[in-house]
Amino acid sequence: MVPRKTPASEPHIEPSQMVTLETIAAISTAAGPGAIGIVRMSGPQAVPIAQEVFRPVRGGADRVGAESHRLLYGHIVGPVDGENVDEVLLAVMQAPATYTREDVVEVHCHGGPAAQRAVLAILLQKGARPAEPGEFTKRAFLNGRIDLTQAESVSSVIRARTTTALRAAVRQLEGGLGDRLRDLRRELVSVLAELEAGVDFSEEDIDDLDREGLASKVAQVCRQLEGLLATAFTARALEEGVRTAIVGRPNVGKSSLLNALLMRERAIVSEIPGTTRDTIEETLECGGILLRLVDTAGLREGRDHIEVLGIERSRAALDSADLVLAVFDAAEGLSDGDRSLLAGVDPGRAILVANKIDLLPADGDGPAKGEDDWWKRGWLTRDIALVGANVLEGLGRVDQFSPPIPVSATTGYGIDELRDAVSRLVLEGQDLDLEEPLLATERQRHLTEEAHNHGQQAVCALEEGLSDELVSEDLRAAIVSLGAITGESIVPDLIDEIFARFCIGK
Amino acid sequence: MKKASKEGLQYEVVVAGGGHAGVEAALASSRMGRRTALVTLSVDKIALMPCNPAIGGVGKGQLTREIDALGGEQGRNIDKAYIQIKMLNTSKGPAVRALRAQADKRLYEDSMKAVLSATANLEIIEGEVARVDVSRETLRGLWLHDGRYLATRTFVLASGTFLRGKVIVGNCSYPAGRVGELPANHLSRSLEEAGIALGRFQSATPPRVDGRTIDPSKMIVQPGEELRGGFSHWETPAPRTQVPCYLTYTSANTHQTVSEHLHLSPLKSGTVSGKGPRYCPSIDRKIINFPEKDRHPVFVEPEGATTHEVYLQGLTTSLPVHVQELIISATPGLERARLIRPGYAVEYDYLIPEQLTLWLESKTVSGLFSAGQVNGTSGYEEAAAQGLIAGINAALSARGVEPFILGRDQAYIGVLIDDLVTKGVDEPYRMFTSRAEYRLLLRHDNADERLAEFGQRLGLLEEAQLQAVENRRHQVGELQAFLDSTTLRDDGQLNAELESMGTSPISEPQTAGQLLRRPQVALLDLMRMLEASGHSPGRYDEKVLEQVEIRARYDGYIQRQLAEIRRHRATEHRAIPPGFAFDSIEGITVEARDKLTRLRPATLGQASRIAGVSPADISVLLLHLHRAGSEGAGTSAAISQP
Repeated sequence: MVPRKTPASEPHIEPSQMVTLETIAAISTAAGPGAIGIVRMSGPQAVPIAQEVFRPVRGGADRVGAESHRLLYGHIVGPVDGENVDEVLLAVMQAPATYTREDVVEVHCHGGPAAQRAVLAILLQKGARPAEPGEFTKRAFLNGRIDLTQAESVSSVIRARTTTALRAAVRQLEGGLGDRLRDLRRELVSVLAELEAGVDFSEEDIDDLDREGLASKVAQVCRQLEGLLATAFTARALEEGVRTAIVGRPNVGKSSLLNALLMRERAIVSEIPGTTRDTIEETLECGGILLRLVDTAGLREGRDHIEVLGIERSRAALDSADLVLAVFDAAEGLSDGDRSLLAGVDPGRAILVANKIDLLPADGDGPAKGEDDWWKRGWLTRDIALVGANVLEGLGRVDQFSPPIPVSATTGYGIDELRDAVSRLVLEGQDLDLEEPLLATERQRHLTEEAHNHGQQAVCALEEGLSDELVSEDLRAAIVSLGAITGESIVPDLIDEIFARFCIGK
Repeated sequence: MKKASKEGLQYEVVVAGGGHAGVEAALASSRMGRRTALVTLSVDKIALMPCNPAIGGVGKGQLTREIDALGGEQGRNIDKAYIQIKMLNTSKGPAVRALRAQADKRLYEDSMKAVLSATANLEIIEGEVARVDVSRETLRGLWLHDGRYLATRTFVLASGTFLRGKVIVGNCSYPAGRVGELPANHLSRSLEEAGIALGRFQSATPPRVDGRTIDPSKMIVQPGEELRGGFSHWETPAPRTQVPCYLTYTSANTHQTVSEHLHLSPLKSGTVSGKGPRYCPSIDRKIINFPEKDRHPVFVEPEGATTHEVYLQGLTTSLPVHVQELIISATPGLERARLIRPGYAVEYDYLIPEQLTLWLESKTVSGLFSAGQVNGTSGYEEAAAQGLIAGINAALSARGVEPFILGRDQAYIGVLIDDLVTKGVDEPYRMFTSRAEYRLLLRHDNADERLAEFGQRLGLLEEAQLQAVENRRHQVGELQAFLDSTTLRDDGQLNAELESMGTSPISEPQTAGQLLRRPQVALLDLMRMLEASGHSPGRYDEKVLEQVEIRARYDGYIQRQLAEIRRHRATEHRAIPPGFAFDSIEGITVEARDKLTRLRPATLGQASRIAGVSPADISVLLLHLHRAGSEGAGTSAAISQP
């Protein structure tokens, strides 16, 4: 018998200490046809069950579990007459070096729902119970394999509705955010240790504080926290979708634009019932970004809701929106009403959409209405640029708004470009690097913001020459906030740091 | 163990150990009216200071003030016995200032013994407690090694370093509680049989040399300060001539001597097995850990007026005696110093403090309390603080009254005990101000305002003492109200004064309270300016003025801490029912469930501080407590609310 592999760095957990004695099983691959399907099982009975239902092509059932982390080739056999149910590869991974820190068995069977369900059914028959959504990860957390930030991103993974969101969530699951926050927190603890050493060991031989140096270290941490906070919008956009308002005068084609976007993507994901009719939202995926349309009721009514429902409601829609698509007729430009609304909108959040460019009045050799290849003609570029310039000038913020995107909602021209523009704007030219940590939850964002504010106060306190114990208050508060995200407490770290750094000893 | 009968003496409370924890415990219990016995191995060693000849310091000084504010003895006693006193951290804010006094060791012992002798309800017994008489998890009495039996339901163990004590110098080691004193070798086994788990710690003390053979001209003089008050809130110490300490530094020579003999160090040879304190490293350890430092400070401190012994703070070592002599003579100013007492290390059993409740009673054996170094701490102040609390609670328990607990937001004593019983210790525990979350509130200067009311209610302070504190609190409020309601405008003179203080002039009228928030404006000057402009702020004594000034300066931060306390109070003091089944909680990590089951925290706040219990675990625990229904829904009655 090959001894179990127990990496030295992994704390050994006795089976009796495990969170639960139940063994869970589930189909792990996504629904839909595929070449290979994986059915996963975790828990103390995983290996015995596998021994019962798996027949290796070579050797006996005792090969199952004899060696951890090894693939065996064979068949899953039926419980009654031992007939072959499917030809599979079986992976037995023994605790604790597994995803859940429990014994884990994976059955790699043929893809397709039928084969996977048949395998799962046999496992359930032998005593496993169906896993709840996210339960494998929950066990990983409860058994101490992953930390809080990782566990939080589990729910992001499960909820992810676009591939971009999924990639970001998976990256967090790998611990990116936790690592980053721990680094920043450690930096603050080291600054605090210098202050505290001077307070608690003032009689000792400790060098005078370099307050400027400390202030610049803390300021540096604050800048990094700012960077993380900037990701919060992106993270929220990825996970929850971007609240989007489509505004414009009557008959500029807002509904057709919506339909064009939807047609294009065929991606209305769901209707989420809210508490009032107004909060019913429609979502669509646009350039990998989930858009939540604000006040689609107004759009759906096919009337101009800005005028009909009043300026207040439009203002509210705009205020609550992260993204504004301001639609206007390419020939007519923005109305005064649109202008006054957009005057209060952050240009960084708005995209001007010049619709109906297929109807642009034909000058000279302009296109005839309905002509198929009108967009190939050179005049269009010149003309739309002119329209755009007029619009921007009319807004009085020429430098701030990007030039309008010319589209034709009815023909579908320019919808791809609009989609790209949405994606660019949401990811805000920060070249969203999905390998970078993101603040995924509101809780994380809030605590990071608190940490940042306290950090700033500490910098001020240092620069203004406030007494050490007051600077320390601000630093502590920042460290506590970050610790609340990563699940670390302050005092033991601090005291270890003091003793590691200073020779204390009266 | 001699055969003896259980027909013995009866006491309501018995304290074992006459050190700093034991004397506070015995005094508190007897002052609270309980018939108390103090059992000590040697009546001649009561309140001995076996290590440094000083009380106080940053963090520790606050503890002594709190002991005094509750009616304990340490503050008053050091005030009688000090030969030098100073305020530390005066360059920093009031929250981290603290007193430190050099004691005349002999005088300290004698005056403490005099207080014990004069206390009603208290008997001193010389002897060794050898065995605890426990049945059905309840303490019934104590067997002394000489066969005597003391019948008691409440026992405070304050045995310091004596449990299976072993003294180590160089490669020589022998059983002893302190150098030259017998250890307590029997009690450890009896405690273990009763289900108490023990650990092993180590501590060490530096050599003492003859003060007539040192050369002060090569050292820096460290004089005392003329202060108006001492440690005690209740009595002003008599004026006296203070004696100086001296500061010197180790030299390259010292370091070379240590390095050359490191192979003889018990650290290297393995003679010392227990864990020692990091904040009090031996000179051997300092040179191993900080090779880049070319010098370490050595404070030369006199041990008393009737002895020539001086204490070499910073030269702690248990190297062989001949090496100690070489190290001393390699150090500037000590070239000709004559060694009187060699330094040594002591290794001893301690009671793993997570087995204790917040009122310092064993969770395993009802009626068994423990306090001081035996709980894994170090320092006279930490010991006395625990002794006081254990003594108070032993007395309360003997009367069948709810225990007395101080919260982390009320006192350093609360921080100390909560840390010990919740987080445990992996080295002898010493207080630092950085251990306290609410450091700005737990100040040296307001210990009596925080705690005197408890002291009076417990019967440790007189009504008049509390009244004095209340009067001052009232006057502070009065003066604050006056300053906040009195507006000052510039009359030419005012702005000139402000500018001369180095602060900006005012253009709009401002209240005196606002002006006082400026660090440059002293209250005394402000009062003068008020009088000059026709106001009459009244006359207040300096303690009142000090409080008003501190509160104005710290105002924003104090408000923040108070808000923080209010925010956490609901969680902090949310009681967990005594029989709560931690092992049945689902949804928390294995580690958290294991720790909670073992430590059985009394409140949610305590649970949240256990290492390995995360905020997520606490949320789940809270959920289960809600589900458990109304039982224990209120805050813990045991936690003292100010």
